[in-house]
Amino acid sequence: MTWLAAPALPLDEAGKYVAAAYVVFLALILIYVAIMAAKLVRIDRELTQLAEEDE
Amino acid sequence: MFSKGLAPLAIATVVTLTAAFALVFFYAPLDADQGFVQKIFYIHVPMAIVALGGFVAGGIFGIRHLRSGDAAWDLRSYVAIHLSIILGLGVLVTGAIWAKASWGHYWVWDEPVLVSFLVVFLLYCVYFPLRFAIEDPERQARYSSVFAITAGAFVPLNFTAVRLAEALTHPRVLSQTGGDLPGEMRLTFLVALAGMILLFVTLWKLELTAKHAAMQLKKLRRRRAERREAVPA
Amino acid sequence: MLRAAATILRKDLLLELRTKEAVPAMTLFTITVYVLFHFGLDRNALDGDLASGVLWVTLLLAAVIGVTRLFAAEREQGGIDALLLAPVDRTALFLAKASALFLFLVAVELVAVPAYDLLLLGPGLGGTLPELLVILLLANLGIAAVGALVAALAAETRTRELIVPLLLLPLLLPLLISCAQATEPLMRTDQGPEDLGRWLGLLTLYDVVFVLVSVAVFDFLLED
Repeated sequence: MTWLAAPALPLDEAGKYVAAAYVVFLALILIYVAIMAAKLVRIDRELTQLAEEDE
Repeated sequence: MFSKGLAPLAIATVVTLTAAFALVFFYAPLDADQGFVQKIFYIHVPMAIVALGGFVAGGIFGIRHLRSGDAAWDLRSYVAIHLSIILGLGVLVTGAIWAKASWGHYWVWDEPVLVSFLVVFLLYCVYFPLRFAIEDPERQARYSSVFAITAGAFVPLNFTAVRLAEALTHPRVLSQTGGDLPGEMRLTFLVALAGMILLFVTLWKLELTAKHAAMQLKKLRRRRAERREAVPA
Repeated sequence: MLRAAATILRKDLLLELRTKEAVPAMTLFTITVYVLFHFGLDRNALDGDLASGVLWVTLLLAAVIGVTRLFAAEREQGGIDALLLAPVDRTALFLAKASALFLFLVAVELVAVPAYDLLLLGPGLGGTLPELLVILLLANLGIAAVGALVAALAAETRTRELIVPLLLLPLLLPLLISCAQATEPLMRTDQGPEDLGRWLGLLTLYDVVFVLVSVAVFDFLLED
């Protein structure tokens, strides 16, 4: 079993690119979740409004 | 309706992805040829595999939709394709980063998987203008399913053709066939792949639930508006 | 069913013979594109992979025109409703339209390929003509099947002229790859087929898959 010592994040050339790739991945997920959250908020607001109208 | 099992799925996704990232940076050994840059592989390839799987799933859901006429299948198909496009964008961007880091260019035609991916991505991008250019909702769903099936059949053909073409002209430069991976790398890769699959399914269910809720809401509003019109004040 | 297909096909062919809309336009287009390539590439003669590529890309672009026009007659005269109301098997409609497109492509190539030989092709076609014909026939089959499907898919959209090229060209990519690779050795100065079996095999596979998919799926289109 080869365990690396600490995951030295080499701030040399290679590290930048790897970081960029992982950041892209995370960014996609987070943006997606944010959009979903915004939609949820809107649905919730409309539902509340509907419930209020109904009484 | 679509949200069954969403919470445990989400938890499983977080756990698996965290484990995957830990493995990538703490466990997997450095690649002899490419060094640290090779670690992009653990993000890029699982994304590609899952995106392609998503496209094919979209086609299968399309078949279910055409056979049953149940609009729920069309929704599943739409969301699968939608998610796969987003993942596909990620594949192309991470692929470009990898190419730049390894070869100095953001794009290389020598890598058949990347090229095939570009073609598939371009094709599936047309799904949305096609879909929204058809006004009748039932017809829209039906034609979208037809497209999803056709495009799904296209994906394996495309990969075969591009690979055959590139194999003759250029040697595969970024060949990372699963069979050649040493044990630690393979484990890391599999965990990353599992995480990506879980992520896809979780986000898929999430989007399905959100869309379904929005549709129900619209239906409610419409019905109330109709009822108000039907009853003279 | 075959008789229905034949009837529709005959109608389309007669219409084309009378109006001469699609085939002359497609043919003129290919020759114009040859001229464009002459100036764009700044070359008097092409050979090898460049020659193969220019020929096939031009043919595919011409096919886009043909596909966009495929249901034009029905759309313009409202004939589509008549077709759909009549108890015609959708498969018959597919066969008719695909066959029409196939024949249009053959007609275009009868002019376009000799014109290519004349205008841009360095080494003559001569000895490799039979192989080229086989490739052309198989290619036309694939383009016809996929083209008819795309035409039907786009028929009901508002943005037909935009959707057809965007859908058709990526779908035809494996076909393009096979044809370009198969034709390339035929157009070298030291010509002779090479790897032909492999590419013809892929092309045939493509044709079979897409004919099957199109036939299976066509029933769900143009329904109402």
